[in-house]
Amino acid sequence: MTDLARIRADFPILNETVRGKKLVFLDSAASAQKPRPVIDAMVHAMEHQYANIHRGLHWMSERTTDAYEAARDAAAGLLNARDRHEIIFTRNSTEAMNLMAHSFGRGMLKPGQAVVISAMEHHSNIIPWQMLRDAHGIELRVAPITDAGELDMPAFTALLADGKVGLVAITHMSNVLGTYTPAERITQIAHARGAKVMFDGSQAIVHRRIDVQAIDADFYCFTGHKLYGPTGIGVLWGRRELLDAMPPFMGGGDMISSVSYERSTWAEVPHKFEAGTPAIIEGIGLKAAIDYVQAIGYDAIAAHEAALTDHALARLSAIEGITIIGRAQDRGGVVSFTLDRAHAHDIATLLDRQGIAVRAGHHCAEPLMRRLGLDSTARASFGIYTTPDEIDALADTLTKIREFFA
Amino acid sequence: MFDDVRDLYNQTILTRGRAPQHMHRLAAFDASAKGDNPMCGDRVEVWLKYAEDGAIAETGYLARGCEISVVSADLMVEAVQGQSPADTKALFTAFRTLVQTGECPDCTPALAPLQPLSAVHKYASRVKCATLPWLALLAALDGVNPSKPASSE
Repeated sequence: MTDLARIRADFPILNETVRGKKLVFLDSAASAQKPRPVIDAMVHAMEHQYANIHRGLHWMSERTTDAYEAARDAAAGLLNARDRHEIIFTRNSTEAMNLMAHSFGRGMLKPGQAVVISAMEHHSNIIPWQMLRDAHGIELRVAPITDAGELDMPAFTALLADGKVGLVAITHMSNVLGTYTPAERITQIAHARGAKVMFDGSQAIVHRRIDVQAIDADFYCFTGHKLYGPTGIGVLWGRRELLDAMPPFMGGGDMISSVSYERSTWAEVPHKFEAGTPAIIEGIGLKAAIDYVQAIGYDAIAAHEAALTDHALARLSAIEGITIIGRAQDRGGVVSFTLDRAHAHDIATLLDRQGIAVRAGHHCAEPLMRRLGLDSTARASFGIYTTPDEIDALADTLTKIREFFA
Repeated sequence: MFDDVRDLYNQTILTRGRAPQHMHRLAAFDASAKGDNPMCGDRVEVWLKYAEDGAIAETGYLARGCEISVVSADLMVEAVQGQSPADTKALFTAFRTLVQTGECPDCTPALAPLQPLSAVHKYASRVKCATLPWLALLAALDGVNPSKPASSE
């Protein structure tokens, strides 16, 4: 990307030093840094334009409602949703998946039906379905992955063969392996067997243009804080007719049409699923983040990150004793690895002393770790502000860490 | 490049990390327990054999984790050798203070084998690595259900 320097200048935190060393932030997959427009939008709201939304009959409330609802339009545009009412704001992807397990799982699936997940899910796309299984008599099936870290398509297809599967809930990009799952093929196979498909797009949306109509998804969720936006705001998109048929998730203010002690009726979507005062400031910040990402453009983002990932794989593969975990053909800017002489936590501590931030551990994906025969990995992940020099710094330091533990 | 981490990764830690002295399962034992750090994935299992007077006669462990948790387990085996359960618990209290604060007001000679870990207090995120094997050891001493791991979280 030719204007990488300009992008980096938008992220104030990148000027920080860590223990006297320049910050090399390679942990964006856990949470990304925030550009100036996001920070400014949130501060501006609090300083100039803030009140509760959807209920005030005064100027401040109306303007704040407009600003918050503009985030819904932005999210609908980002995903190419047909209808802005299909955008439900949640706290994060985890809440979106819990909403799904509750409202779709209990509301639409019958005991004896099955939910399919994959062997490379984040805990947030495992636990809600386990809870549903135990409370509602749903069978939980796990589609295996190949040794390269790709979804095993024949096995996935076989899992759907008996027609009992009501929902496939699957990552669109692994937070450990960087693998993209083949969204269009997944929806084709699932729909042919009568199953709906929800994608966990927490990682994918950061790196790639998502068109929920083109991939023929039924549900898609992501979280704001990985997309250069604030924490506390996420999105669940769903097809209108499905959302209309689903019962609410949480009860409270904002989600009702009428209330009496005998009986209450629900508001239309999306408000049916948005009980209580939402994350207003965060919604406004998310709009700024989406605008920021779209101004740069996914073509430029994807090209930048593909080049970075190739560079990282080449540099890290060349270091003796390093094993790259996951060799998927279609992959994004997340690279997990192990080093023969040092545990991931020791690697992370030594990298940190050089100002280099990586993640180390099981990455909230313990079953995947077991599948890989590992307890933990170190993980470097890239964002729109990551430079090839930062990857060189990582590789050079890893070489020295291996010598340190000789 | 790493001169500033030599306090944590000192020669004792590096040497022990490469070749732990006591990492093995006890064939015959009186108590055992597991320790688990669910946030990072470190796991340890500890086995104990008591002498007739109730003191710890032999300790073994298996650990899958970072250098700090493995070396802490390895040094722990030496520190608790011949100690009564009560003295072992007191030793852990002193050790925990050492790795949390770097200070050791109640230090006894029994703590000497654990001194190589004293710099852990400068690395806040690593304190739980050092205490994990001890939590498993204490769970074994207390006869806690071995199927439920002690947790450092």
